[in-house]
Amino acid sequence: MNPYSVLRGPEGFLPPAAALAGNILPETGQGHIEGQIVSEEEAIEEAARKFVSAKVPTIFPGPLVLWGWNEKAIRTAEAVERLSVAGGINIIPMPDYRPKYPKIDPEAEINPNHPNLTIWHNKIDVCMFVGVHCHYANLSLKIIRGGTACFTMAFCAHAGHEDANLTVRDILPEKIDRVTEIVKKLKLNSKKF
Amino acid sequence: MGREKIQINEEFWDIMPDDYKDLVNHSTYGKTDRGWKDVGSSTELIAEHSLCAGCPESIAFRHIMASMPSPEDTVMVGSTGCTSLVFPMVAVHNIHSLFGNQNAVATGLKRALNVRFPNKNKDVIVLAGDGATVDIGLDMTLQSWFRGERFTTICFDNELYANTGGQESGLMQKGFVAKMAPVGKKFEKVRLPEIARESGCAYVAVLTTSKPSLVERVVRQAVLIAREIGPTYLQIYTPCILEIGKQSMEGLQEMRDAEAAGERFKFREFITPEAQAFIDDMAAKKKAEKLASAAN
Ligand SMILES: Cc1ncc(C[n+]2csc(CCOP(=O)(O)OP(=O)(O)O)c2C)c(N)n1
Ligand code: SF4
Ligand SMILES: [Mg+2]
Repeated sequence: MNPYSVLRGPEGFLPPAAALAGNILPETGQGHIEGQIVSEEEAIEEAARKFVSAKVPTIFPGPLVLWGWNEKAIRTAEAVERLSVAGGINIIPMPDYRPKYPKIDPEAEINPNHPNLTIWHNKIDVCMFVGVHCHYANLSLKIIRGGTACFTMAFCAHAGHEDANLTVRDILPEKIDRVTEIVKKLKLNSKKF
Repeated sequence: MGREKIQINEEFWDIMPDDYKDLVNHSTYGKTDRGWKDVGSSTELIAEHSLCAGCPESIAFRHIMASMPSPEDTVMVGSTGCTSLVFPMVAVHNIHSLFGNQNAVATGLKRALNVRFPNKNKDVIVLAGDGATVDIGLDMTLQSWFRGERFTTICFDNELYANTGGQESGLMQKGFVAKMAPVGKKFEKVRLPEIARESGCAYVAVLTTSKPSLVERVVRQAVLIAREIGPTYLQIYTPCILEIGKQSMEGLQEMRDAEAAGERFKFREFITPEAQAFIDDMAAKKKAEKLASAAN
């Protein structure tokens, strides 16, 4: 069966959950790009390409990476910073998931209950989720696909996300460093043109 | 646990919103002598809320938050109603339960925490309106007391269903007419504190939130007794100024009037001998510690 293509939005008010359309999560060592299962390396390379070609690339670190609650979180934060510096990529935090009322400051943060506000306000065209708990990542990814044209990449510590446009699973700091490496290479190459 | 679990990774200090930095730098987490005097200087106790301006529920919330012995190891369970508008702003773990189910949810949570953290004190505090506690959730409230579940139940008693526009509640006074209860209440205010005492609560108190030092003593006591002895229940008058036609500044006077001698919220408490012995023992130990440190 051909998987449902998880393309950039805006797809409308209630985009279907990709899992309901029959899409499955990648196995260990795999990722997906727009719903098609690919090798992990391919997904990582595509993530780097998307960052380099974006106008406003942005990383959204969630609580699991923002807060220094264990050794892995501290090392992942360092890797995220290296990627941000190498690619000139903005960082906007998602410090927690409270449905803050009346509204958030979209320049300073992103909230899973209305992530579209931050994306619209900053005109973000490519984003990466890292360190966001699964349920809230799924919620945000669907809202973003529903209402914005932003390309979403979920770098997940567990099994990945069908509702992202691209996913890499079992994230370790080394996998983020691999994106950084490719970003650096692509930037270097592009200068020759 | 103190503040060590809420350290922001170095790389992200410059991009974190200020309220989180304040939380890390100035919160009262891990402070043993925290209390109502921290309201006004600690971010987590003064964050904005979306209740009506001057609503006594917001003041009660702050006093309770400031009085928890260990907020970082506390989970609050809320229910639908005006109280639930505050929970999204609160820097304490909390669960929103289906209206009326709060004491059942708290039961499961407390038991799970005991299994998961057998060597730690994890406090569970239910905070819900009178409609949730006494009417729709009465079964869950009572059954948790009958079973002797070790958590604190706090009822914000505004004597009606405020969030849905003023319907009659079991805790409403007899004869009271509300916007959506035009005939007037036909029976007496339910005597839940007395029912709590007879249902197995080790500590019960009725009060308003007009005196922060009293709220502090009562909340601390209720949480500590629930840890060691059995269920505890607090009923706090938090008048709905909107429904009784008062101005933002008039909530405090309303509470003072309601706690005068002979009035329905005159402070009263009930404590079992076992709970009293536990409190006395704790006080004696604290005194001995103080004397010892003064002697050194
Ligand atoms: C299961 C269920 N029944 C009914 C409601 C509607 N409802 C929402 S708030 C509310 C009243 C809340 O009254 P109370 O518990 O006294 O809290 P207050 O708003 O007065 O603080 C009701 C009946 C609901 N949300 N869920
Ligand atoms: S309706 Fe009443 S209880 Fe609810 S926030 Fe307003 S004043 Fe407070
Ligand atoms: Mg009420």
